[in-house]
Amino acid sequence: MKALCWHGKNDVRVDTVPDPQILNPRDAILKISSTAICGSDLHLYDGYIPTMKSGDILGHEFMGEVVELGREVKNLAIGDRVIVPFTIACGGCFFCERQLWSACDNSNPNAEIAAAVYGASPSGMFGYSHMFGGYAGGQAEYVRVPFADVGPMKVPDGLRDDQVLFLTDIFPTGYMAAENCNIQPGDTVAIWGCGPVGLFTIRSALMLGAGRVIAIDRFADRLELARSSGAETLNYADVDVLDALKSLTGGRGPDACIDAVGMEAHGYGLDALYDKAKQTLRLESDRPTALRQIIMACRKGGTISIPGVYGGLIDKMPLGAAFGKGLTFKMGQTHVHRYLEPLLARIQNGEIDPSYIITHRITLDEAPAAYETFKHKRDNCIKCVIQF
Amino acid sequence: MTTINVNKIERIASVVGGSALISFGLVRRSWPLSAATIAAGVPLLQRGWTGHCAVYAGLGVNTADQSQLPAQEVGGVPAGKGIKVEQHTTVNKPVNEVFRFWSNFENMPRFMDHLESVKVHQNGCSHWVAKAPLGTKVEWDAEIVDAKVNEFISWRSKPGTSVPNEGIVRFTAGPNDATTEVHVTLEYRPPAGVVGATVAKLFGEEPTLQVASDLRRFKNIMETGEIPTTEGQPSGRTSMPATPATPTMPGATAAPHSDQHGDAPIDQYKQQLKQEAKVHKEENLDQAEVGSDLSFPASDPPTNY
Repeated sequence: MKALCWHGKNDVRVDTVPDPQILNPRDAILKISSTAICGSDLHLYDGYIPTMKSGDILGHEFMGEVVELGREVKNLAIGDRVIVPFTIACGGCFFCERQLWSACDNSNPNAEIAAAVYGASPSGMFGYSHMFGGYAGGQAEYVRVPFADVGPMKVPDGLRDDQVLFLTDIFPTGYMAAENCNIQPGDTVAIWGCGPVGLFTIRSALMLGAGRVIAIDRFADRLELARSSGAETLNYADVDVLDALKSLTGGRGPDACIDAVGMEAHGYGLDALYDKAKQTLRLESDRPTALRQIIMACRKGGTISIPGVYGGLIDKMPLGAAFGKGLTFKMGQTHVHRYLEPLLARIQNGEIDPSYIITHRITLDEAPAAYETFKHKRDNCIKCVIQF
Repeated sequence: MTTINVNKIERIASVVGGSALISFGLVRRSWPLSAATIAAGVPLLQRGWTGHCAVYAGLGVNTADQSQLPAQEVGGVPAGKGIKVEQHTTVNKPVNEVFRFWSNFENMPRFMDHLESVKVHQNGCSHWVAKAPLGTKVEWDAEIVDAKVNEFISWRSKPGTSVPNEGIVRFTAGPNDATTEVHVTLEYRPPAGVVGATVAKLFGEEPTLQVASDLRRFKNIMETGEIPTTEGQPSGRTSMPATPATPTMPGATAAPHSDQHGDAPIDQYKQQLKQEAKVHKEENLDQAEVGSDLSFPASDPPTNY
């Protein structure tokens, strides 16, 4: 089959590789119908996630048709059309039982590596480095899905791929980010980053009762989409974000602040330059430029929610400010399984059509070029979907 | 006066290994690494030459005097001469289920990577076969020392084995009755003495890590009925002709093909380890299993595991 493989920094290629096979009794094989490139794939593309190996197949947002089943998968049938959560979960451990699916104890074959770095291993993930399992991803014609009796959800007839594909990651990620803010009716929520996750976070915050959402980015097309999603916007290239937020909230600061940017933040201050230099020299693994500003912006007693990916260590974290203001932090990989049904219901009843963020529909062969376009945000690129 | 406290085989290995390290350091001439290699080589050479090991002296270990191995007569690990490992996990199953699975030693090769087979005899004794370095096998007989249903099992190897070992596993109810805490303590004496395991440890054959991953696989089986794996999945490493991507989007350029591995620091580190291990292996340093874990972190497990 053809698959998009990582071969190093800024080097992904479409290779011909063997087809996947059932390796465990609870596996399934899917024939991919749609798969997307995620902003977090760019962290791999940019070489910031350790434990990647040349030849790894990328992709963790995918859906398709079941073509083969392991003997223990009883709830699916050949021919079923399913979406698959990007985090892999067993359904039987302490964490799965508590709906903390991305903390699953049993899905990472390389758990000892992650445990050495993090103290305990999170769940395995598709196409996201060997530390997180080394599972081949879904930017390919076929994919093997472990614990297929737990993750995949059948798609009801009448819904297009475009409408449900983002249930695999970014819609639940945006929703969980908003849910983590414990939004009270009328709250003001500020969101850094108007990429796909940021956009879904805006919609979700409003669904959960926010009175006002302020979205921050520097790209006109993304700010425009943020406005059409229901947010007020700030372009951080034009205004001082801290001053602007003070002015918009009567000096208090937002009740909740969301970092939908993550480890490769851009910024204009001295600290942004400092982080860029340190990350380039590998003295710092993550650039927390946005996160620092978020901590300074949030109102006293407010909540900071982090859906943006961080991988390692950050410098100059203003923990004194966070402590002094009594902030609450919530973060982590999305417990996708938890949100599949409720969010599918919102799509079915017409509350949201997630396909509105798609800017590029491409073939698998066009994917390497699309990584470049997406990375540099050329051609107004916000979301690429690979269709088969 | 220094006493001889290292046995003959270990002395020869030390001379060979020490010389190799020093030669490597001199030839390599990359100074921080060379200096460290030479610094490691000199005491090893000295240890072999003089037969005195300061580390052994400090630990009260003497491998030269075979008469100091009385425990060989009773089995188990002689006091002060073993490597002790402790690991813990919580299994999301009730104690009786967890105990039942563990107490059948024939299940052990399913989750213990190094074991090839365990055969339990009628009299409660068992015969163990483990995979050893360089494709060889190590076999031993073990007996149950004591056991209490749903509480603990302790065992030790029978006298005369080449890998004296003993251990105890305790089972206690976890935070609620549906969960079980498993506490494993085991002690073993590796074939090539303390230095053997120390060298092995340098190259990833970390006993603590080994037991941790064995215990994790035990938990995997108990909770899910299978062990997660990626062994046998496709990747671009599999030898098939690559089709170059055609750039079709604005601003795109075709990625140059190269065989280089990733830029990630861990890859560079692995390359470095591999280089160093190769030198050690070629010089046949000690009898430790080197190189087997060098593909760590790996979804494709080492072939000589």
